[in-house]
Amino acid sequence: MNIIVVGLSHKTAGVEIREKVAFAPTQMAKPLNAVVSLPDITEAVIVSTCNRVEIYATTRDIAGGMARLKRFLADYHNFPLETLEKHLYSYYGVDATRHVFRVASSLDSMVVGEPQILGQIKTSYGYAAEYKSSGLILNRFLHKAFSVAKRVRTETKIASSAVSVAFAAVELAKKIFGELSDKTVLLIGAGEMCELAAKHFINVGVRGVMVTNRTYERAEKLAEEFAAKPIHFEDLFDQLHKADIILSSTGAPHFIIGGKDVEEVIRRRRQKAMFFIDIAVPRDIDPKVNDVENAYLYTVDDLNGVVASNLEQRKIEAAKAEAIVEQEIGQFFKWLSSLEVTPTIVALRSKFDEIRKAELAKTISGWKDLPPDGQKKLEALTNAMMNKLLHPPTSVLKNPEQGNRTDLYIDALRNLFDLETAAPEQDGMMELEE
Amino acid sequence: MNALLFSSTLVVYVAATVVYLSYLVKPRDVLGRVGQGLVAVGFLVHLGFTLNRYLVAGHTPITNLHESLSFFSLAIVGTFIIFERRYRAAILGSFIIPLALLILVLSIGFSNGIMPLNPALKSKWLFVHTVMAFLGYAAFAVSFAVSIMYLIQSHFLKKRRLGSLFQKLPPLDILDEISYRCLTFGFPLLTFAIISGAIWAETAWGTYWSWDPKETWSLITWFIYAALLHGRLTTGWRGRKAAWLSILGFVIVLFTFLGVNLLMSGLHSYR
Repeated sequence: MNIIVVGLSHKTAGVEIREKVAFAPTQMAKPLNAVVSLPDITEAVIVSTCNRVEIYATTRDIAGGMARLKRFLADYHNFPLETLEKHLYSYYGVDATRHVFRVASSLDSMVVGEPQILGQIKTSYGYAAEYKSSGLILNRFLHKAFSVAKRVRTETKIASSAVSVAFAAVELAKKIFGELSDKTVLLIGAGEMCELAAKHFINVGVRGVMVTNRTYERAEKLAEEFAAKPIHFEDLFDQLHKADIILSSTGAPHFIIGGKDVEEVIRRRRQKAMFFIDIAVPRDIDPKVNDVENAYLYTVDDLNGVVASNLEQRKIEAAKAEAIVEQEIGQFFKWLSSLEVTPTIVALRSKFDEIRKAELAKTISGWKDLPPDGQKKLEALTNAMMNKLLHPPTSVLKNPEQGNRTDLYIDALRNLFDLETAAPEQDGMMELEE
Repeated sequence: MNALLFSSTLVVYVAATVVYLSYLVKPRDVLGRVGQGLVAVGFLVHLGFTLNRYLVAGHTPITNLHESLSFFSLAIVGTFIIFERRYRAAILGSFIIPLALLILVLSIGFSNGIMPLNPALKSKWLFVHTVMAFLGYAAFAVSFAVSIMYLIQSHFLKKRRLGSLFQKLPPLDILDEISYRCLTFGFPLLTFAIISGAIWAETAWGTYWSWDPKETWSLITWFIYAALLHGRLTTGWRGRKAAWLSILGFVIVLFTFLGVNLLMSGLHSYR
C-alpha cells in the first residue's frame, strides 16, 4: 500500500486558483466519500486551508491513483484540468511522507513556523475520521505527522521566531497607522485565522472591535468573547467608515466589498486610510479596493513579505527541523513495513496463547483426579487447536497473492481480536486531545 | 575664521550625507546614529558660522544669495533635528540632509564677501522678515522631503514591496502628520514674513504692496499652502494628494526664492 499526495499550495498557485478548488470545511462528507469511492483509492484525507488544498490517499496503483485524484479535484470544482494541472504537485512514498511532515511542522507554510497549520490538519483529519475515509495507514500517518510537528515545535525555535499571518497583519497595520491605540478593528465573518488576527490586534491595544456576521447571533457570541460591538450584517456599509482595520473571512462565494463601496466610505472618512485584510478563500474583497486612494488591501498571499527580520536565525532553525523530519520519516517507514504481516501474526499468536494458557491453568487447578499424563495431553490438544485455528489467517496474511489488502486484514484482525493495544509504539495518539 | 567655519560645516554635512545615504541602502541602525551625531556637530558649526558672520558684519547675515542659501540650509537642518528627535526616525535624515547639503553647496556659487549693508536694508525689520521667511521655507522643505517619503512608502504598501527601506520608513500616518505639522509651522511663518515685509515696505518704499515679482510669487506660495491646509481641514486632503500638493508648494517656494532673484528683476533682487 502506498501513500500518495496530490495538491497545490501558495507556492504553486495564487489565491485566485486556490479559492476555486478549496473545500468548504463544513461540507467535507461529500468530497471525502467521493475520493474513497474512486477505484483503487482506499483511504483519504482532504486538507483545505487558505494556503493549500491537498488530498492524502492510499492506493496500490501510484500513477493511476494520482491521475484520479487530479481529475477529481478538477471535476469536483468544475475547473479545467489542463489549467489546474500545472499548479498541482504530487508525491508518493518517502516524498509524500516528507511533504506531509513538513507541512504539519509548518516548514512549508507561507510564514514558516506559523502555528495554525497543525490545527488545520488536525481538523481536516477529524473530518476524515468522522466520515471514516481514513483508515489504518492514514490514521497512523497523520498521528505520526502530528508528533513530528510537536517535536519540531519543542526542539527548535522555529515556532517562537515564527511570525504568523496574524502577526504580520498587525505589523503592517502599524506601518500604515503608526499608533493603533485609537484605531477600530472590524471583523467580518468568523474564521479561525480572522479571530486569531483580531486577538493579535486586541493584544497590541486597539481602541475598539466591531463584529459582524450573516447570522447576528454568531456576531453577538463572538462580540462577547472579544468585548466587541456586534453589528447587523445589513448595516455593514453604514458602519464601515468607523473601522480603520477590516478583517474579512466570510464563506461568501463572491466579493462582499467592492471598489466603489470603499471609495464612498473613504470619502465619508475624509480620506483617512483604511487597511483591509482579506483572509477568506474565496476572497471577500474586490482586488480593485487596493487601487482606491488611501485604501490598502492585503490578502493572505500578500502578508508574506513582512517577515524580513530573523531570517538567518530562521534558516538555522529550519535546517534543524528538516533533520527531525528526515529522522522521523525513517521511523515511520519502519512502522509501515512492519505493519505488513509479522508483528500482527506475533501479536495474534501471543494473544491466543495467553487465553489458552489461562484457561488451561483454570481447568487443571480444579481437576482432582487428573491422570498423570492428562496435563501433557491437554497441552497438546489445546496447542493443536490453536494452530489449526490460526493457520488460515496466518497463511492469508503471509501470502500476498491471496491478500489484496493485507493492511485491511490486519486492521480487521487488530480490531476483531482487540490487538490494537498490543501494537508497538503508540506515540502520536495523544496529540489529537491537545 | 568665517571661511574656516563655512568649510568645516560643508565637510561635516558631506560626511553626514554620505552616512545617511548609505543608511538608505544598508540595514545598519548604527549609521542612523552616526548621521545624527554628525548633523548635530554640523548644525553647531553652521550656527557658529552664522553668528560669527552676524558679529563681523554687524547685521543679520541674510542680505545676499550666499547668506540666504546658507541660512536656508541651517534652518532646514534645525527643523530636521526637531522632528528627528520628536519622531525618532533617523531615516528622515536620508531625505532631508542631502537637500540641506545641496542648498549649502549652491551658496558657494555666489559671492561670499561681507559687504557693507545696502542702505535700503538698514532696518530692524531685516531680521524679523528674513528669519521668518526662511524658517517658513525650511518647514516647507521638510514637508517636501517627508511628502516624498510618504509617496515612496505608499507605493511600497500598494505594490507589496516590503523590503528593508520599507521597514525603515516611518508609518504612513506619521509621515502625513509630520508633513502637516511642518505646514502648520511654515504657513504662519510665511504669513508673518509677508505681513512684516509689507509693513517694512511701507516704511522703506512708501507703499505696502507694489506687485514686485517676489511679492507676487510669495502670494502664490501663500495661496497654495492656504489651499492645502484648507482642503485638509474641510474635505480631508490627506495622504498622496496632500503629499503631491506639498511637493508642488515647495517647487513654487524654490522659484519664489531663487527663480525670482535670479531670473526677474525687482526690488528684491539682492545678489
